[in-house]
Amino acid sequence: MAIPKVMGTELEYGITVKGDPDFDPISSCVLLVNAYREDHAGEILWDYDQENPLADARGFQVDGEKYTPNQQENIARNKTLVNGARYYVDHAHPEYSSPEVTNVRDLVIHEKAGERVLEISRREANALLPDGAYMLLYKNNSDRKGNSYGSHENYLMDRRTSFKQIVEHLMPFFVTRQVYAGAGKVGSENRSHPCDYQISQRADFFETEVALDTMVKRPIINTRDEPHADREKYRRLHVIVGDANLSEYTIFLRNGATALVLSMIEDGAITRNLSLRDPVRAIKDASHDPSCTVELQLESGKRMTAVEIQKLYLEMALQYSSTRSLDPITKDVLRKWEHVLGALERDPMELEQQIDWVMKRAMIEGFMQRKSLDWDSPQVQMLDLQYHDLRPDKGLYYLLERQGRAERIVTDEEIQAAIVEPPVDTRAYFRGMCLKKYGPAVFGVNWDSISFSADDEPIKRILMAEPLKGSKVHVEELLQSSRTAAELVKNLRA
Amino acid sequence: MEIDITARPARRHVGTGDASLRPIFGAAESQQKKVPKRGGDDDGGKGEEGGQKLAKKGKELKEEMDALVDEIDEVLEENAEEFVKNYVQRGGE
Repeated sequence: MAIPKVMGTELEYGITVKGDPDFDPISSCVLLVNAYREDHAGEILWDYDQENPLADARGFQVDGEKYTPNQQENIARNKTLVNGARYYVDHAHPEYSSPEVTNVRDLVIHEKAGERVLEISRREANALLPDGAYMLLYKNNSDRKGNSYGSHENYLMDRRTSFKQIVEHLMPFFVTRQVYAGAGKVGSENRSHPCDYQISQRADFFETEVALDTMVKRPIINTRDEPHADREKYRRLHVIVGDANLSEYTIFLRNGATALVLSMIEDGAITRNLSLRDPVRAIKDASHDPSCTVELQLESGKRMTAVEIQKLYLEMALQYSSTRSLDPITKDVLRKWEHVLGALERDPMELEQQIDWVMKRAMIEGFMQRKSLDWDSPQVQMLDLQYHDLRPDKGLYYLLERQGRAERIVTDEEIQAAIVEPPVDTRAYFRGMCLKKYGPAVFGVNWDSISFSADDEPIKRILMAEPLKGSKVHVEELLQSSRTAAELVKNLRA
Repeated sequence: MEIDITARPARRHVGTGDASLRPIFGAAESQQKKVPKRGGDDDGGKGEEGGQKLAKKGKELKEEMDALVDEIDEVLEENAEEFVKNYVQRGGE
């Protein structure tokens, strides 16, 4: 029986400062992240002791130096938020890792809340920049000059499912899900074939099928084996193949369909062999074809379009679901998945209010037509970039949303609340509530631990190896009965 | 796990010190304009009457697109060529 798909997303944002000839991305990221103030505002370390990004899911440990910053640098680069998220500086990008959630509706809420956290910090940071300089942030994946930054998804999986099985059943799914999960891009890069417009921001950057790296020779399936939970029971599938999406509908379907397929893999419900002959080539071929009609070569010798392959996954998902009682959110995922694949087969442009790459394309083509521009025009490239701009008044996705041209999944009220409220049904609740209640006593945090330094006593680290424990149901009473962090630790021991 | 989304209690708003952000972000769904979906149920019918309907619908779509283009024009960055040329990032992940 598949385990609950606890999940989250990690978004690296593009950053630039206008009007500052000395713009440096790293110091701008530090400025940005530190401009965000929450009431607890303690100096909290990110607990690197618990991390091991060099463990490979295929069963080995890769040589290399683990990054551990000194204490001052650690505090300057890492913020843990009261909503359970981690907001930090990753290389030369600001990154927002959402708190763990149990369903895709909450995932949309928390990913969108992340956009607002970044925008709030951007405004605060602007006040600290020299006169005439201002910062801009983009929720995208490429500068269109060959440099890419990631949008990663994480899904909790059962350790008993072999990684080999995951790779085999997931590869064709990951190559083809871009038809509804792509964020769209004008042109190509990274020595890929020239094109006017393509479905995915990222496809041009994948160079290998399976590997541990994320920065060079990017793999379609990443093997990082860092569960941030009980190693014996769980793995965390670290998905790096996705695009940064703005559309709520797209985020919902992207994670919803993926979570469902992962459950099916755990339950042995992928009954077809859809292996592709050359996944690295296929991911680019599919991306470079906004008509969604190009046929990909399967190992079996058959040829199928990306949409046809997705329809077979959907068919298996419908069969899988027919023998189970489904929650309303999963039912909605199936309905939307079916609707979208049908539309993609008839005419992808039907999805101009649902799917990012189609929304962007419809907007650009409308503009091009009116202004008699072509795909090489700088204004067209500007439209592409500005679709991802986080400023509510300038970002073109937000403009479409205001115009009623973006189908919503959640409400503004829910997103606004999630800036300061953790999800209630995972350990993120405990993390967030501890920060709210005992902020100054919190010493360090990681996904699966929180440590306190109270009353001159030695530091106490509380381990949270079960992502579903620490929920409101589990700990509300404990938190209510513990006035201080010292009492909390005492009560936990009792 | 069964999650009943309709039974969820409304989340309380807690100030973030950025109340000014709300009006811009806060395009509540009820205030959004509704744009008809392309390829919707109404395909304009058939015959002469249908042809007129289609023409009318086409005209409406064009007017909507014109309005959108005007709005984009107002916010699109000037000096696009310079702007996109200068947008350079370091690789990440």
